[in-house]
Amino acid sequence: MKFVSEYRDGSAAERFSRLIREKVTRDWNIMEVCGGQTHTIVRYGIDRLLPDGLNLIHGPGCPVCVTPVELVDQAIAIAGTEGVTLCSFGDMLRVPGSEVDLLSVKAGGGDVRMVYSPMDAVTLAASDPGKQVVFFAVGFETTAPVTAAAVLQARSLGLRNFTLLVSHVLVPPAMEAILASPECNVDGFLAAGHVCAVMGYREYEPITERYGVPIVVTGFEPLDLLEGIHMCVAQLEKGTNRVENQYLRVVTRPGNISAMGLMEKVFQVTDRRWRGLGEIPSSGLELRPEYSEFDAGRRFSVDHMRVEESGRCLSGKVLRGVIKPDQCPAFGTECTPEHPLGAPMVSSEGACAAYYRYRPGGWKDD
Amino acid sequence: MTELNDMACPIPISDYPKVTMAHGGGGRLMNQLIDRMIIGTFSNSFLDRRHDGAVMELDGGTLAFATDSHVVTPLFFPGGDIGSLSVYGTVNDLAMCGARPLWLSAGLIIEEGFSMEDLWRVIRSMAEAAARAGVQIVTGDTKVVDRGKGDGIFINTSGVGIVPEGLSIHPSSLRDGDAVILSGDIGRHGMAIMAAREGIGLEIPVNSDLAPLSGMVSGLLREGLDIHCMRDLTRGGLASGLNEIADQAGLTVFIDEASIPVTEQVAGACELLGFDPLYVPNEGRFVTFLPQEHADRAVEILKNHDDGKGACRIGSVGPRTGSGVIMRSLIGSDRIVDMISGEQLPRIC
Repeated sequence: MKFVSEYRDGSAAERFSRLIREKVTRDWNIMEVCGGQTHTIVRYGIDRLLPDGLNLIHGPGCPVCVTPVELVDQAIAIAGTEGVTLCSFGDMLRVPGSEVDLLSVKAGGGDVRMVYSPMDAVTLAASDPGKQVVFFAVGFETTAPVTAAAVLQARSLGLRNFTLLVSHVLVPPAMEAILASPECNVDGFLAAGHVCAVMGYREYEPITERYGVPIVVTGFEPLDLLEGIHMCVAQLEKGTNRVENQYLRVVTRPGNISAMGLMEKVFQVTDRRWRGLGEIPSSGLELRPEYSEFDAGRRFSVDHMRVEESGRCLSGKVLRGVIKPDQCPAFGTECTPEHPLGAPMVSSEGACAAYYRYRPGGWKDD
Repeated sequence: MTELNDMACPIPISDYPKVTMAHGGGGRLMNQLIDRMIIGTFSNSFLDRRHDGAVMELDGGTLAFATDSHVVTPLFFPGGDIGSLSVYGTVNDLAMCGARPLWLSAGLIIEEGFSMEDLWRVIRSMAEAAARAGVQIVTGDTKVVDRGKGDGIFINTSGVGIVPEGLSIHPSSLRDGDAVILSGDIGRHGMAIMAAREGIGLEIPVNSDLAPLSGMVSGLLREGLDIHCMRDLTRGGLASGLNEIADQAGLTVFIDEASIPVTEQVAGACELLGFDPLYVPNEGRFVTFLPQEHADRAVEILKNHDDGKGACRIGSVGPRTGSGVIMRSLIGSDRIVDMISGEQLPRIC
């Protein structure tokens, strides 16, 4: 398959692995920001191709994982309301709220649907005016432009039965929150290529200066990751702190101007709570006042709901890169994909799910 | 009866007070439901073997008996429909026991208002599939349910077949060193259904791999190959099929990702939606375990059949190493291939 199989070539992987080994002279901690990258690393065993002491730390870039439990509970409350169809991406349906998940609401008779795009939810609303259709809008900058386009589409169709529960979050403030934390041990970052495809990478430049860390915009295939790690290691060994772009075939420095324009038109930046990370200033998106008619939180009066995280789930530490998933005492015992304590165990981008699926305890190399 | 009434529900209500879609997804949750509630309750020597069908020794021969229910949406999909699917489903379960399928029953549950023309299409398709698989539909039942109480039509088929003498096809027959043969490229049925269901327009449409496996199986058996086990790769895909067998055999299956055939269209559609082809359902693919010295001949025989052109060796069986299935990835490192938990869901971004 063009543009995929080339990036999964075993001999090229071996060459990169050798180059990295030749370059590394001391221990380094590199955080891959995105959960999709974590899955590639664990699925292909990329960390096993690296020299000892070059440690990959898994970052908070799983939008499902960082959605706070109170928003999941709000979605569950809305989904249980008579006459409502709640739509979301598949991943979100399995995430535990404080008591149940959305799939259980569905099994109990709630109209919960998995969609591929917010536009599907708009189409549903247009075809069934008697139903209140709510889209649970989860995601980073990657999916926010499509959500914005759905809002504009709903307005142009004059829909009165379409609303959004907005949980869009922004990556750079989370990276800064990690760097500013006293427990931070990150020497360099692999930034999330898909997010940068939309946003470009200008906004990372001040972070490299402020915190003295190199950032390499990196793709999601095995060779992307290995090349990104190689570029990051080269900077660390030289002592430079620049933003570099490994994902040249997709990402440009200014980003996708029209996608950013859509986001700008519909959303404004707000403070947002992250599961495990707490409240991060200016890290989320909310509807601008002129689009408040599409705010499901207000329409269904759930925006006052406040719920605290369970103490048994250490996903906060996992999402901040302080521990690896298999260092959590509940991993694989109290917490499994069938009985998750937290979202990282069920999301397709969650670090705990990657470890559970590809690397359960008991099986080690050799 | 008192004794049964006193039994506690083996699936803790606190975990799952209601059945979820994942309980039918072919993964770990479905296996838990089958193991704890169904096999645990009905336990007997045939059911406890957990094969695709029950194999019973009778005076004068060995009988295989299997059943399969079909609830597919959409009812008509590229490469097949619920009619042919319902026939091949049971035919293939019987074939996986080494049996020559002979007779089927058909139970139709039809929703009020279902188009008579569509019903006729389904019935004709069943007849064609039965003729192709060399089976007769010898008994049946028809029920109609109120509109809204069914999804157009549900079909259950059961079937019996005769197992040739001297066969012991079962996970417990697996041996350290056995070769693993896959009968063709994987993931086509699941992606054909997904594309049709979700209206995803693929540039080149994916056709389901739906096919009867009995011809290929009898080809292997006729040659006298020492087949230890077979499994058709339906719900849960290749990954779940291999895990079930490895777990029952107490051995580990080692496979090589580079050797597993996936067509460009399926690989592309999977990339797009975030699916792993290892977990995508098939309806015309199976794996065979047999001694290494018989492996090349088995591949040759399968390749002689229209539905086995893509047959190849994908790995071998080794001692138990913590996990049921270990795969050498394309970039050369090993990882486990776990059984899927519930259902495979599309990724978010």
